[in-house]
Amino acid sequence: MAEPARILYCHCAHAQVVPRDVKEAVLRRLSDSGVSFEAAADLCEMAARNDPALVRLAGEGCVQIAACYPRAVKWLFAAAGAPLDPARTQVLNMRTAPAEEIAAALASGTFTPNLPAGKPLPEDAPSPSKAAPAS
Amino acid sequence: MSLKDQSSLRIVVYEGAGATPLGPEARFELLSAALERGFSVTRATGRGSVSPSDRTSLLVVGAFDAGVPPAGGVGEDGSTVRFHDIAGMGGRAVADLIDQARSESGAPVPGAWKPWFPVIDFDRCTNCMQCLSFCLFGVYGVDAGHKIQVQNNDNCKTNCPACSRVCPEAAIMFPKYKAGPINGDVVSDQDLQREKMKVDISGLLGGDVYSLLRERSERAKSRFSKERDADKALTERQKCLTKLAQAGDIPAEVLMSLPSPEEIARRAEEAKARARDALEAAGGSRT
Ligand code: SF4
Ligand code: SF4
Repeated sequence: MAEPARILYCHCAHAQVVPRDVKEAVLRRLSDSGVSFEAAADLCEMAARNDPALVRLAGEGCVQIAACYPRAVKWLFAAAGAPLDPARTQVLNMRTAPAEEIAAALASGTFTPNLPAGKPLPEDAPSPSKAAPAS
Repeated sequence: MSLKDQSSLRIVVYEGAGATPLGPEARFELLSAALERGFSVTRATGRGSVSPSDRTSLLVVGAFDAGVPPAGGVGEDGSTVRFHDIAGMGGRAVADLIDQARSESGAPVPGAWKPWFPVIDFDRCTNCMQCLSFCLFGVYGVDAGHKIQVQNNDNCKTNCPACSRVCPEAAIMFPKYKAGPINGDVVSDQDLQREKMKVDISGLLGGDVYSLLRERSERAKSRFSKERDADKALTERQKCLTKLAQAGDIPAEVLMSLPSPEEIARRAEEAKARARDALEAAGGSRT
């Protein structure tokens, strides 16, 4: 059997864009589920800091990310030099979907990659290591 | 301290072999407290998988067998692993423990900075440099391959999505913005037309956004002017500026915190020159 997808939950701690009741319900369901998972206080804040932990979280294998819009999540990770693999990433949008739907998707064991298609290689994006001085 | 120099600490809620699972309420309170305080958290139960470790320092908490946590240590890279037994600790005591961990690790204080900065969708971006030539605050730059890049995201003005309005491709997102497509929602043809229209509105208002912003400052300077006609003209311009602010959804605080007119002119020229250089260099490197 294939290894289950890793789960990454974003708490969007620094803004009210994800409804509080949705994120709390998703976190509660994960907490009660008995499975291992990763949780980030705020993926935007980590991306702003180029936090190397994003490379770990993008990692290898399949990952389900409960956060916001897939297009935003895709390019946040890319901006921090931690591109997500489009074939191995599913983003669940807590801004638009009800908590039950997200919790069910996380518990289902099924995996549906859904990063927006575009240029095939996120490496197309400039990476921090390639940065030229800002002057 | 620059954002990029700030250290981080990961909290691991350990419930695998050698530890007793926490009660549901205690676990949820612990997870919420750590996340609200800005920490990354890993919950490890032995079921499902988590990401491999990296060089982030760890605070591993759990109800360890016999109340004896394993010994911690320091890695070759200087990262630390500490264990803490939290069996029987109330929510308040656990929150105090987390606060103490933050002050010891120098991890960022939550809420000190709202993570507000542009994120470029490179599936859409055409490297036209409009954003670089528009931004007065040096947020944008180019990488070694002359591609547009967000370089100084902590210079960005909180809640101001103005640069996303000048992007002809709707390629600039602010994930914490209230509405699509700027928040990352799918870009529809209708959105594209609307975004283009907004750029046109700023064009109709005078073509040069910065001259409008300069007028705002002039208006402020002439606040005590007795000249009624001039005042009326300035009122008209102020209306235009208000329209521009609405079109671009630019917060009043941002308009009010703009640099002096001379400084705006200088920075606008500098940004335009950088965009021009980058475009020329990109054109040269393509041929
Ligand atoms: S990635 Fe989305 S859900 Fe997470 S912090 Fe950013 S805006 Fe909030
Ligand atoms: S204005 Fe838009 S398309 Fe042009 S370089 Fe900036 S992000 Fe890319």
